[in-house]
Amino acid sequence: MSVQIWTFVFIFLTFGLYIGIAIKSRAGSTSEFYVAGSGVPPLANGMATAADWMSAASFISMAGLISFLGRDGTFYLMGWTGGYVLLALLLAPYLRKFGKFTVPDFIGDRYYSKTARLIAVFCAITISFVYVCGQMQGAGIVFSRFLEVDITTGVVIGMAIVFFYAVMGGMKGITYTQVAQYCVLIFAFMVPAIFISILMTGVPIPQIGFGSELTEGFGGGYLLDKLDGMSEELGFATYTEGQRSTQDVFFITAALMFGTAGLPHVIIRFFTVPNVRDARRSAGYALIFIAILYTTAPAVAAFAKTNLINTVNNVEYTSVPEWFTKWEATNLISFNDRNNDGRIQYLGDPEANELEVNRDIMVLANPEIAGLPNWVVALVAAGALAAALSTAAGLLLVISTAVAHDLMKRSFLPAISERQELLYARIAIFIAVIIAGYVGINPPAYVAQVVAYAFGLAAASFFPAIVLGIFNKRMNKQGAITGMLAGFLFTASYIIYFKTLNPSLDNADGWLLGISPEGIGTLGTIVNMASSYIVSRFTPEPPREVQEIVENIRLPGEVTER
Amino acid sequence: MSDNNAQSYWKSNIKIVLALLSVWFFISFGCGILFVDTLDNIRFGGFKLGFWIAQQGSIFVFVALIYIYIYFMDKLDAKYNLESTKLEKISEEYSLEEDKK
Repeated sequence: MSVQIWTFVFIFLTFGLYIGIAIKSRAGSTSEFYVAGSGVPPLANGMATAADWMSAASFISMAGLISFLGRDGTFYLMGWTGGYVLLALLLAPYLRKFGKFTVPDFIGDRYYSKTARLIAVFCAITISFVYVCGQMQGAGIVFSRFLEVDITTGVVIGMAIVFFYAVMGGMKGITYTQVAQYCVLIFAFMVPAIFISILMTGVPIPQIGFGSELTEGFGGGYLLDKLDGMSEELGFATYTEGQRSTQDVFFITAALMFGTAGLPHVIIRFFTVPNVRDARRSAGYALIFIAILYTTAPAVAAFAKTNLINTVNNVEYTSVPEWFTKWEATNLISFNDRNNDGRIQYLGDPEANELEVNRDIMVLANPEIAGLPNWVVALVAAGALAAALSTAAGLLLVISTAVAHDLMKRSFLPAISERQELLYARIAIFIAVIIAGYVGINPPAYVAQVVAYAFGLAAASFFPAIVLGIFNKRMNKQGAITGMLAGFLFTASYIIYFKTLNPSLDNADGWLLGISPEGIGTLGTIVNMASSYIVSRFTPEPPREVQEIVENIRLPGEVTER
Repeated sequence: MSDNNAQSYWKSNIKIVLALLSVWFFISFGCGILFVDTLDNIRFGGFKLGFWIAQQGSIFVFVALIYIYIYFMDKLDAKYNLESTKLEKISEEYSLEEDKK
């Protein structure tokens, strides 16, 4: 069977599964719609969190990014996993004990202020919306490349599926489809990785193959030594050495960690488990499930880079393998014969280099480059869609709860009934899907870039406000509001300054303290914390009942007398 | 639970969190970023140690840290006899009035 038929089969089967689950898990109450009735077992919640978290970017782009960044790619690897330690230790258990539906709920109640709640709503919607556009775009790209439908049709199909199960099932439907999507995406990521590891090193575990010797066919020697050698020979940076400054890597890693811990769609997953103990456990499961992909990705990056160089460098253009021509058609790879010798020269020197390779190809075309069977190639499409749709659904739910619950019910229309609130939630998802789809079809140039900055913004706004709300009883509304505004505005203006207003200054010399816009969220976090702290010292302490809330969330359960 | 017990529970909790976070910081920011070049002088198999910690080892440590946290918190909960295994329903009732000040 051809790749395309396999792709149709996989997509048909997996989508059928998602719809089936959605029909079985319809939401009848706001509690089911927002937090799946808080009845999700920790193992299932761990899988759902992992699928929610690992987006189209993790699945499609990350390994490719690492293969071009070399050791510096570590800021994605550590940043996007280390944040879970912060989530598990500093946020998840206490927020679960607090026991409300949304992140703005916590901010609004803890800081006894409608203003704080509205700022939180604004941040949650901005962050989630920026992020969801990227997912729709990812889904559209996969559809158009693998099924050869045009990108608009691809996005519309993706929108229809997400809309169907998010509107029907709310958090309940989303949770159980995410469990299925996790299984699909991890299978689709691991199978090609294991195949390639066996092919290149004879070791079936990619994490170990990463540090093993290559087989005879690939020239022997340790994989990483070989890759270092080839990179130097061709004029690229040495793969296992860093290129960026230490402080920049430090700040980017920290921004991604704090951002991970502050992203509302991840935090609300911990509201769906029955109790505090299960919240801790599901953070553990979630990180294990994420780590499976995240420890494989750097291995895939090294395998793919080695394989790519081996396969195409100094090869006659007329005798390139079939996949090369196929991906050339999508502009993900392009050849420009500068010295007219009819051969492909892949070099570090931009003046002499003849091959442009898009990072996404490292995952999307990797199975083809390695010559794996057609069904493995097709699996990647189903996996990438599972990653994009599961994340999109989680984000849409945040937007819908922010509108229906935080804006309508808690701020402006407190009199609405539960049925009306549920209706508003569904309408909000509907509108968000339409707008996200529209942006996915007509992506403004900056969307893809902005997705990465969602982390910096989450780090500089939510993370400190929540952590201080739990760990600092004295923190009051004046402090928190000042902090969130200062952190968010500082980070947003730094990013906008370098990315839109003054792109010519966007290099290490122009940056403040050598920190790139990707890493500025860390400084934003510090600005937020420092200003909250100072302002809170000069303003009245929070009311007695708020301090009691803080005391209460610090204890995991009902207090029982001995 | 008396206020005193609640206080000492919270103190022990903070101790556990701080201890684990220092390991978290040491492994990720310390070994993975600040001292990575020095650690690269040590090799095992095909890996340089610093590179391996930065791209793989730190992630395994993160997983271990969460499980160590779960273990110690379970022990702490048991010591203070805290019932944290019951299903806690999230309620729609609000204890606070907004902007009451």
